[in-house]
Amino acid sequence: MADPMRIRANMTGDKVEVKVLMAHEMETGLRRDAGGNAIPAHFIRNVSVTYGGKTVLSAQWGTSVSRNPFLHFRFNGGKPGEKVMITWLDNKGEKRTDEAVIAGGG
Amino acid sequence: MDARRREVLKTGGGVLALAAAAGIIRPGEALAQEWNKAAFETKSVAETVKALGGSGSTPSSAIEITAPDIAENGAVVPIAVESKLPRTQALAILIEKNPNTLSADFEIPAGTDPFVSTRVKMGETSNVYALVIADGKYFHAVKEIKVTIGGCGG
Repeated sequence: MADPMRIRANMTGDKVEVKVLMAHEMETGLRRDAGGNAIPAHFIRNVSVTYGGKTVLSAQWGTSVSRNPFLHFRFNGGKPGEKVMITWLDNKGEKRTDEAVIAGGG
Repeated sequence: MDARRREVLKTGGGVLALAAAAGIIRPGEALAQEWNKAAFETKSVAETVKALGGSGSTPSSAIEITAPDIAENGAVVPIAVESKLPRTQALAILIEKNPNTLSADFEIPAGTDPFVSTRVKMGETSNVYALVIADGKYFHAVKEIKVTIGGCGG
């Protein structure tokens, strides 16, 4: 099982500012190991963020997103104390879901 | 077993049911999230636009790319894209000279700001395109990012 995501969700004005760090190798499939063998691709393909059962962001990624991907975005209509839920799914079918409580912020 | 699983995944959508039947992917899970394999295999900006359903795109000054002019480490290049176009539905990051052009594609539902910031790998100095779909039309902005150490050797 992959390591948990680090998620920060803060109110800024009336918007929720979400910053996420995912733990994933994001291997491109183009590199070779010391023996010259291709290292198989292993990367996150789908990310979805939901709030109150509604999708607030969905993404499709290729192999060129950096290792341990970072994602930052903002959405309207969130409230402090409520939860934001994030799920990723990779090309090997591995999957991880984490959630964070929206902090008050300024 | 691992090789077989990869084979199944590689062939894409048509065999998802088969994969589900074999217990590799539970039904409902994989089907809920599709992945545009064709778009992620494109080798040029024009091809990517087509694979994402457009026939071409118009340059727009209402799209802003925030990224360094020079990236010292191509493995981690911070890129933010913001669109001021009304009814922005999607934002995509394209890196012209990477082995595959399309890096990331974000769907922006109503209520979410047309802004996203992430980090990408760049093999060499290249033009980076922000492709925006707004009100069904395709727009783009472009910025050159110079890379001093490529990001594909890791």
